[in-house]
Amino acid sequence: MDIKVSVREAPGHAYVVELSGEIDVYTSPKVKDAITELIDRGHYNLVINLGNVRYIDSTGLGVLIGGLKRVREHGGSVNLVCTNPQIKKIFDITGLVKIFGIFDDEDSAMKALV
Amino acid sequence: MTQTTAGVVELRIPRRAEWVAVARLAVAAVANRLRFSIEEIEDVKLAVAEACTTCILQTDAGDQIEIYCETKEDGLTVRVRSLAGADQPSPLPAEPEPDARGALGIFLIQSLMDSVKHNAGRGTDLVMTKKVSE
Repeated sequence: MDIKVSVREAPGHAYVVELSGEIDVYTSPKVKDAITELIDRGHYNLVINLGNVRYIDSTGLGVLIGGLKRVREHGGSVNLVCTNPQIKKIFDITGLVKIFGIFDDEDSAMKALV
Repeated sequence: MTQTTAGVVELRIPRRAEWVAVARLAVAAVANRLRFSIEEIEDVKLAVAEACTTCILQTDAGDQIEIYCETKEDGLTVRVRSLAGADQPSPLPAEPEPDARGALGIFLIQSLMDSVKHNAGRGTDLVMTKKVSE
């Protein structure tokens, strides 16, 4: 069980964090480190692509919420890409659909940042 | 050959983050023996993982997490606990105390399972039930 984290710059001073695998209490620190590093470097507009994430738990949600909180302090934003129905259900149950912008593809998530 | 879905499965894992995936996959395999849908099995997986995570985040628990699964024709009951000094998995309590926690993980368990009870006062001790939908 692991998580792959890939970070790349996108047009408009935004960054995409692409995640692949499972986000749980064991792997979420790796995700947190990647997001924290971007924010520490002054990047406050992020798209986090969960398209290849098969599983997320409350610690993973906590990392995403923490990231959103930090970028908002700097006027930034975090949009998510999510197509997995089970993961969408978790965002729905927890009410996080009202806090995050959640999109079916990366282009839509990027456009909604600006 | 007649098959029955009633049974008990017990598992004990180290109280460490890297073992939670083992617990959730094992319980998913148990749930798969019942007439749960794929979505319901995913619910059980997440609920058990959240319970294990609660055990791990607790500072005063023992070094093991005990997972006790009881399957019946109509559903699954899982007890997850990590108690300092506990050395044997125990059967389900007859009258567990109501859950009193409000963390996101507990909220998820409550949302995904049909019932969840937290035995207060002796570390993490959660009992959750999922019924097979008609």
